[in-house]
Amino acid sequence: MKYIEEFRNAELAQGLSVAIKAEADSGRTYRFMEFCGGHTHALARYGVEDLLPKKVHMIHGPGCPVCVLPVGRVDEAIALATGHDVILCTYADLMRVPGTKYESLIKARSKGADVRMVYSTMDALKIAQDNPEREVVFFAIGFETTTPPTAVAIKQAQVLGLKNFTVYCNHVLTPAAMRAILGTHTLTGAPTVILDGFVGPAHVSAVIGTEPYEEFTRDYRKPVVIAGFEPLDVMQSILQLIRQVNDGRAEVENEYARAVMPEGNVKAQNLVAEVFEHRDEFSWRGLGAVALSALKIRPEFSDFDAELRFTVVVGNPKENKLCECGPILRGEKKPVECSLFGTSCTPDNPMGACMVSSEGACAAHWTYGRFRTSTETESD
Amino acid sequence: MCLAIPAKIIAIHEDDMADVELDGVVKDVSLALLDGVCVGDFVIVHVGYALSRLDPVEAARTLALFAEMGEAAKAEAAKAETDQ
Repeated sequence: MKYIEEFRNAELAQGLSVAIKAEADSGRTYRFMEFCGGHTHALARYGVEDLLPKKVHMIHGPGCPVCVLPVGRVDEAIALATGHDVILCTYADLMRVPGTKYESLIKARSKGADVRMVYSTMDALKIAQDNPEREVVFFAIGFETTTPPTAVAIKQAQVLGLKNFTVYCNHVLTPAAMRAILGTHTLTGAPTVILDGFVGPAHVSAVIGTEPYEEFTRDYRKPVVIAGFEPLDVMQSILQLIRQVNDGRAEVENEYARAVMPEGNVKAQNLVAEVFEHRDEFSWRGLGAVALSALKIRPEFSDFDAELRFTVVVGNPKENKLCECGPILRGEKKPVECSLFGTSCTPDNPMGACMVSSEGACAAHWTYGRFRTSTETESD
Repeated sequence: MCLAIPAKIIAIHEDDMADVELDGVVKDVSLALLDGVCVGDFVIVHVGYALSRLDPVEAARTLALFAEMGEAAKAEAAKAETDQ
């Protein structure tokens, strides 16, 4: 497949591996966070970490929308689906995310709730058009990549005059989460996660451009290298990060120039700005309440806001106490440090959100990396 | 969730819709988020929407950079070995 296979070439990967080893030969260690689950997945799936020297540590970030959605929002969606006779449409990833007491949308569906998986917001609109007598709610999640399609659907619903279509909005913002990670400190004032830089988002950046990351280089002195989701992209971005650290630079670089323009996708940005505005704060799994970190539907489009149309009452949302998703999403722990990992929690029967989505740190490690840890060598 | 794949535009229809082809599979996508797309362009498709146009020149440049980085490092390593 064009523009995919070339970026997975094994020979080029070996060359980049040699270059990284040579460049990382400075006596220090390097700690980089790959913000996106897409990068976490690529690192695990292609064994990229085996091509890195041991002194280069990759720390998984919170860029997995399913993973960071707090249990209370999952509970609300389940209550919406079961208590209001609606058709709840959602992306596949959300179906198995555990809510309080292991409830999930897929379990709600097995008990009779009308929950439907959709590939696109256009499918949800179609369902609303085909079922004028039913209320159709689209359970919207995702970072900046996934927000513009929701904006298009809301605008389209307005044009079509749909009275039975609403959106339960859970769209979140990448820079706010990066800020939260960098601003998290222990009681003694030390940062909880020590980072030397970020592998920056691929398709989030295709929408928002490169400018929003300038604050991390300017205010926090952390280099950001925007990278595509193929293994060679990730390796090249790691090489560029190591060079920046070695040179004492902190700049935004764009390795993914084939898809990311410096200004991003302005049409998509304008649509998002027209339909959504900031929430004062939003609760994230792992990060807690983060100011100005999520979007809600603007009053001009309130007819399409499920939070205004339906009153949803849920009990006290409870995370599984043993689940370590929170510290894992903050980069403080690895999946294997969770007592549930691979015992009671597997992708077939996830206890926590990080095991659900294929880009969740736990699911990626379970699927591709769990035999790797024991075979790591000390050769580097 | 943010995963998106490059696919080739093979037909453009009314209502901002287009057909894309990926490895023999044809799928309809919305062009509502992208202006000025032509048949033959590669676009990044995410949840049924073309999100960004793929720049073939930049793609070639990035691939050349990978090769260049690797070659330089390998040559350096070989030189170090000969010197020893």
